[in-house]
Amino acid sequence: MTDDLERRLAGDAPRPTLDLDGLRSAIARRAEAEGLLDVAHATYDSPLGQLTIIVTPRGLLRLSYPGESIETQLDDLSDRISPRILAAPERTDGVRRELDEYFAGARQSFDVPIDWRLVRGFAGEVLRATARIPFGGVSTYRGVATDAGSPNAYRAAGNALGSNPIPIVVPCHRVLHAGGGLGGYTGGLDRKRFLLTLEGVLPGNDPGLAGV
Amino acid sequence: MSVHLPPFETLIDAHAAELHRFLVGCVGPIEAQDCLQETFMSALRAYPRLRHGDNLRAWLYTIAQRKATDAIRRVARRPTRDLDGVDPAAAPEHDASDDGLWRLVRDLPAKQRAAVTHRFVLDLAYAEIGVRMGITEEAARQNVSAGLRRLRREVTDDR
Repeated sequence: MTDDLERRLAGDAPRPTLDLDGLRSAIARRAEAEGLLDVAHATYDSPLGQLTIIVTPRGLLRLSYPGESIETQLDDLSDRISPRILAAPERTDGVRRELDEYFAGARQSFDVPIDWRLVRGFAGEVLRATARIPFGGVSTYRGVATDAGSPNAYRAAGNALGSNPIPIVVPCHRVLHAGGGLGGYTGGLDRKRFLLTLEGVLPGNDPGLAGV
Repeated sequence: MSVHLPPFETLIDAHAAELHRFLVGCVGPIEAQDCLQETFMSALRAYPRLRHGDNLRAWLYTIAQRKATDAIRRVARRPTRDLDGVDPAAAPEHDASDDGLWRLVRDLPAKQRAAVTHRFVLDLAYAEIGVRMGITEEAARQNVSAGLRRLRREVTDDR
């Protein structure tokens, strides 16, 4: 049974428009102020394509190349770190600035703190050893395995590098095959070549973007 | 294995627009902005402590309904006249687009207000209204009809 009143209620029902972006940033701002922004993320346009930056109050947690689904990553972090996850570009400003400087050739090492919670055990040791390879330098899989305390575990070292959650900043591109070959790279060998050229390890004034 | 909760931002993306309509129905367009933010902030504070991720939507509506009730109490407490007994000129509680009939909805008791809004703004069936309000389908139906009875009286009184 529908009478006049019900028709008027339905007909006059408010149909407001919502500024969703405004709401998202207001919530992110307030969450940050209250210490509730456990995981913040933003995209970053780099010469290597659009990267995703994910930070926590402890530091940089993830830096990922295009092709890795951001939804899948965040869903995973919801279980592993915290479900309080929001897009919040301002929270990633420090990382962006350092990446800008690095790609412009004005920065050789990163100062942003790193949140190591996504790497455990030996993999963590390997990546920490990798983080100590200086700009312009290189090491080998056996070299970082040795620095991580297990010279024979170079295969495990390779796996750890292959699943580096923070490429570029934790410079796994500086690890090469002992024989001089480039080895592998999560982001593809073109990106590894680009970074090594940028750092002056491979020849070429302009690293170029062919194939990236 | 503990409970899986989706990243909080997906709740905003999935439910903000509809929650906003619900809140505009309950409290009007001006208070709704605030209530919507407060709803998500309360949800964000409690989120990691949830023990299951079932029906997060119903959970959000329970919070929104509470925020709406708080807002209506707040507005009711607000003085409508200043000390000289002159109506304050620039303190509109509702904007011009806010329909008169829906203003009457805001004076309903909290549960009737929420149920009527679910029914006529979001066009929900009684079973779903019950889920979102944490009451039975029958109780949802009763809240809507009680609200309508009251509104009918108000509308007749106005004439």
